[in-house]
Amino acid sequence: MTMLTEIAEGLQRGEDDLVGNLVREAIAQQMPPLDILNDGLLAGMSVIGEQFRLREIFLPDVLLAARAMYAGLDLLKPLLARDGVPRAGRVVLGSVQGDLHDIGKNLVGIMLEGAGFEVIDLGHDVPAERFVDAAEAHGASVIGVSALLTTTMPVMKDVVELVRARGLNARLSVIVGGAPVSDAWSREIGADGYGYDAANAVERVRALVK
Amino acid sequence: MRQRVEWTPGESAPARAEVLRLQGMRPGERVPARIDSLLDTATTIYLDLAEPRAIVAEISAGEFAGVYRGEGLNPHETPLEAIYPNADHLALLAATVGARVTVRVRELFLRHDLALGCMLDSIASAAADHLADLLGPRYVSMIAGAASDWRVLAYSPGYCGWHVSGQRALFGFLRPEEIGITLNRSCLMQPLKSISGVLVVGPGHIHRFHPTYSFCERCQEKQCRDRMASVLRC
Repeated sequence: MTMLTEIAEGLQRGEDDLVGNLVREAIAQQMPPLDILNDGLLAGMSVIGEQFRLREIFLPDVLLAARAMYAGLDLLKPLLARDGVPRAGRVVLGSVQGDLHDIGKNLVGIMLEGAGFEVIDLGHDVPAERFVDAAEAHGASVIGVSALLTTTMPVMKDVVELVRARGLNARLSVIVGGAPVSDAWSREIGADGYGYDAANAVERVRALVK
Repeated sequence: MRQRVEWTPGESAPARAEVLRLQGMRPGERVPARIDSLLDTATTIYLDLAEPRAIVAEISAGEFAGVYRGEGLNPHETPLEAIYPNADHLALLAATVGARVTVRVRELFLRHDLALGCMLDSIASAAADHLADLLGPRYVSMIAGAASDWRVLAYSPGYCGWHVSGQRALFGFLRPEEIGITLNRSCLMQPLKSISGVLVVGPGHIHRFHPTYSFCERCQEKQCRDRMASVLRC
């Protein structure tokens, strides 16, 4: 078994200490950081994402794997920055103003990072202006907006309209998600995409940044 | 009548099945050993940190009409609008499991202990909801001459058409700041794992409604059915 395969499989088992040690060893052996990231960490998270989508594993399994991913990613980040390696894209995430539910949004963020994206997580209770301000400040190409209450969903429309009002819609997409949200709602408010679960959200973001 | 209520952490701890449901596991699904172990660890942390408490205050139907109307943002028709006028008793409530649990969740996430943080978060969320279930019978026991056919359910802003901004009027009447629950400008409560709402007491049938309102289509939880069943079959 190659070291990168060991990293991917250790990640899937949620063995963060092992993954951290293996990544250190790979770095010491002068393996290209991008290879360690893609063929080790992201390969492992890709399997996790698929298993989660098929309900073969559960949320805690994904989060244990994510912890292992971060154990390796934290070691690679400075090296990737040094080498000028671009990420797959930059995404601003948050739960809308008035909404505190963020587990789903957090999971999307984890899986986006596992897919090679840079994520700026604004947390919960985020007003529309803050989403757009952050996207502009960070040069993001996607805003991901989450809501779990029907009464807070209208803020999503505010985000879409603000992006349009600032003339940013050519380079900034808005994707929405959350339990009460639907594809129909997404189209009604003019959003660029809707993710029905975390794995689907990652696929939608990938499609939007192409 | 206005009363402060406190529980031990153990009394407030939610059912394991409810926590696992929040973690995405369906009832009857086999729980892997490491997830069971994670739940045990998170439960131990919860029992160590939780400070569950509530405040409940009776309110007349006329007074509640004003609270429920709030800032005028509820939809034209809602279930509670038809339910509360038929109640024998109404009481506003606010309850919390305390801030220490939320602080620990945040700490766990910051150090990437995501699975444990998320599990603890689910326990705290389920516990906060559980406090409303505990408060209902407690409130009924305080009412002199309680009728045998009385049933009690809690309804909260943010659900079933009661706009989340309704909490401002609710807080204005109840003043739960006394037990450390505050409301920010976005109508989010601090500590985060807190709930607010109204206890509606009366014969079980007053809680019956058909979930065909305009907002019902978007609701994924559909907890209203189980809630109605719980008071209609007793």
